[in-house]
Amino acid sequence: MIQKKDVIIIGGGAAGLAAAVSCRQKGIDDILIIERGSYLGGILNQCIHDGFGLEKFNTSLTGPEYAQRYIDQVKEEKIPFLLNSMVINLSPKKEVIVANRKGLQHFRAKVIILAMGCRERTRGAISIPGTRPAGIYTAGVAQELINLKNYMVGKKIVILGSGDIGLIMARRLTLEGAEVQMVAEILPYSSGLPRNINQCLYDFDIPLLLSHTVVDIKGNGRISEVTLAEVDKRGEIISKSKRKVACDTLLLSVGLIPENELSRQAGVILSSITGGPEADERGQTNVPGIFACGNVLQVHDIVDNVSLEAEYITEGVMDYLQGRLQAQREIQIILGSGLRYVVPQKIFTIKDTIFSFRVNQPGKKKKIIFEAGKELVKKKFFPRVNPAEMLRVKLTSEELESVKRLKIRLI
Amino acid sequence: MECHFQIENIINIYIIVISKKKGKDVLETTNNHYDVVIIGGGVVGCAIARELSRYKISVALLEKEADVGWGISCRNSGVVHAGFNYKPGTLRAQLCVKGNRSFAKLCQELDVPYKKIGKVVVAQKKEEVEELKRLKTQGEKNGVEELEIIDSDKLKKLESNVKGIAALYSPETAITSPYLLTIALAENALRNGVSFFLNTEVKNIAKLRNSNFKINTNKGEFTSSYVINSAGLYSDKVAHMVEKDKYRIYPCRGEYYVLDKNASWIINRLIYPVPKAGSGGLGIHFTPTIDGNILIGPSNEYIKQKDNLSTTSQIMKMLSAETQKFLPLISSRDIIRSYSGIRAKQAPPSEGGYWDFVIEESNSVNNFINLIGIESPGLASAQPIAKKVVGIINKKENLEADSDFKPFRKGILRFEEQDEETKKALIEKDPDYGEIICRCEQVTKKEIMEAIDNPLGAKDLISIKYRSRAMMGRCQGGYCLTRIMELLKEGYGLTPQEITLKGEHSYLLTGYRSDEVNI
Repeated sequence: MIQKKDVIIIGGGAAGLAAAVSCRQKGIDDILIIERGSYLGGILNQCIHDGFGLEKFNTSLTGPEYAQRYIDQVKEEKIPFLLNSMVINLSPKKEVIVANRKGLQHFRAKVIILAMGCRERTRGAISIPGTRPAGIYTAGVAQELINLKNYMVGKKIVILGSGDIGLIMARRLTLEGAEVQMVAEILPYSSGLPRNINQCLYDFDIPLLLSHTVVDIKGNGRISEVTLAEVDKRGEIISKSKRKVACDTLLLSVGLIPENELSRQAGVILSSITGGPEADERGQTNVPGIFACGNVLQVHDIVDNVSLEAEYITEGVMDYLQGRLQAQREIQIILGSGLRYVVPQKIFTIKDTIFSFRVNQPGKKKKIIFEAGKELVKKKFFPRVNPAEMLRVKLTSEELESVKRLKIRLI
Repeated sequence: MECHFQIENIINIYIIVISKKKGKDVLETTNNHYDVVIIGGGVVGCAIARELSRYKISVALLEKEADVGWGISCRNSGVVHAGFNYKPGTLRAQLCVKGNRSFAKLCQELDVPYKKIGKVVVAQKKEEVEELKRLKTQGEKNGVEELEIIDSDKLKKLESNVKGIAALYSPETAITSPYLLTIALAENALRNGVSFFLNTEVKNIAKLRNSNFKINTNKGEFTSSYVINSAGLYSDKVAHMVEKDKYRIYPCRGEYYVLDKNASWIINRLIYPVPKAGSGGLGIHFTPTIDGNILIGPSNEYIKQKDNLSTTSQIMKMLSAETQKFLPLISSRDIIRSYSGIRAKQAPPSEGGYWDFVIEESNSVNNFINLIGIESPGLASAQPIAKKVVGIINKKENLEADSDFKPFRKGILRFEEQDEETKKALIEKDPDYGEIICRCEQVTKKEIMEAIDNPLGAKDLISIKYRSRAMMGRCQGGYCLTRIMELLKEGYGLTPQEITLKGEHSYLLTGYRSDEVNI
């Protein structure tokens, strides 16, 4: 038997919870959140450090506290959710098959909101040479083991990659008595937020080695040594710079990949740059009625932006449910120099639209330029730009009114 | 050459083994004497164990690792070769063709996945076409059926993404899961009465006055009437224990990339280049695995140490370059893992190429049977090799068949592969089927529990991975690793330090977070 729902939200983490609460606030009654874990809040639960909520709540919260604010609202609003339930199938017709201990449940929804978050890039994906011993963890897995399972992963640590989870774990492991020897980053700049570099590395005298990477791993049972090397401007290894570092643990914080396996099943087109769905100004994918928000759409820097994005797309969800979401015309979006990506990738309706993007490299006194042909649509100044930070700029419907092709670039 | 047998008395040491006599779990105290002791639990050792379990004799298999199949057997392309690559008249040619023909039946008996997907050897230059013709003629001499030279049009039809001007098409070439086959052979042998001793490394072997062998291991002594040396890479070392310097094995490493299942649509069959004359490998090929990934590899590089399973940046670069030649559609984004395996080669580096398998009783040490240089096509040939070994013993002993022998074995039912109705029924019968622990490969708690509860008693994460496919997907255990650790801890009372990846010293955790806390 197929159960019908207005809105099914896949994933009960930061994005899913904010989307659910926002849908309800807009008056949508029939909502279901499907969460594979045994609690709501997703990855926030293992992020026990603070710094969450500065933008959204104007106060510094821990991950679990931030999640709890939304969980309380979900419960207050009596929004139904399934726990320990894995979506094993999502069809282009928005049919969902869920597996849990009670059996298989079938749903058909008018709207699907993809909120599955992201996964960590692994050692295999970046092809680090060497042996394959125990003691190599992605930073998030180590974080889960330590913070949620109360285990210790190692004593003498090397961290590769300066993503935020890696930086947070450098501090966490130090506080637990492990020796974090260094954080190596292959790029000439960190991929983590400046505040995390200060608070997690410099405050604890942990060196950050930029333009460095791991070129070999040794150890048969447990990892015993890594070889670090410097890379030149073209990313080639400088042989002379190779040096061996004894360790019992290698932590990887080398990037996050939006988790879009279900999206693929449903025929959602993915961007080869963000790894997330190509979305329009409403967060809608190419499959009508399937929306995406949070890290499944684009990897965010801070959770506040995830919540804001989730709330932002529910306007389109409401319009879709009421049959008001008609494509007016297409504005082509052209990615210009200096930027890695921009979301949305397409615009079909003219409304106030938030553009999110990341720059290719750090810079000072930069401007983001929005152009229609030779005409300047909008210009925004940034004293500092950093690839670690997601930038957001809003264009009003008036500004977009007469635009056919919109080019966005950094100067 | 004379051998120096140590003359010693038999010391009866009683050791405790977990053995499955005729399918029943029994914890028993046994005398450590067996009619036959097999050294090495690779696919060949396990196939021999199973073949011997058809007879009324006592058999023990000693394996130095914590599970079977961790050597060469889990680190190859998983191809059931048809047999056209080998010189006519050699054991490699004969046994491979025989093995290929009976492989489907073997896999059916043992509930091991098998698919006859076929293979194309692709020529990209004119001069390579001659080599294709030579391979075809050679294959036909060996008895390989249905070989065909196809032109670029037909190649395009079969494999639209492969670049080439002609190809040798071999529809009889198949794929299987090399580790599941090894495990299945071992489990079936166990059920039919063979005793398995894991973590048991042979240190030396002596011939006793009563003509029995005394086998010294890190886990105590064994005695036996026969010894079968199926020690793979270390078969020279084991042979050396009774007969000095007769064989030498040169380790020859091959590195692989594993691709995401999302890239599997790119090819339908095994895609091979034309092998280079004198090379000790078949060239960098593209292998669809039985689980739906593609393997790229293996390279071919003589190395010094037999246990150096490193991957290297030079070879990784080379694999990527070869991929661009044949299948430019594959991108580095599709890579989820790299690994390496090591061939047990008799041909020295100065010579290269292949020597034939050695499968024979030592001519100076009675009842000591050597299997030397079993490299490719060892997987395809495993059963015929085992039959040949049993034949050697049978000629001398006239073995009595055991009418209780059960050829069938059931593997772990894969939830993901079932239709929806079956899935529903499974969860209703056992709710553990409703709990999906490994998201990428859709592996349920039930399957993981069955993998942990395996008959051989292997509890390492790699053992669970090979049996269940958990941790093999694109996130490489990012989601399920911690959950599997919890199952091991809760279900089997392992302490954090006792949870290991692959045997001794491969601990995953150093303990609890704080020494004061003990949950």
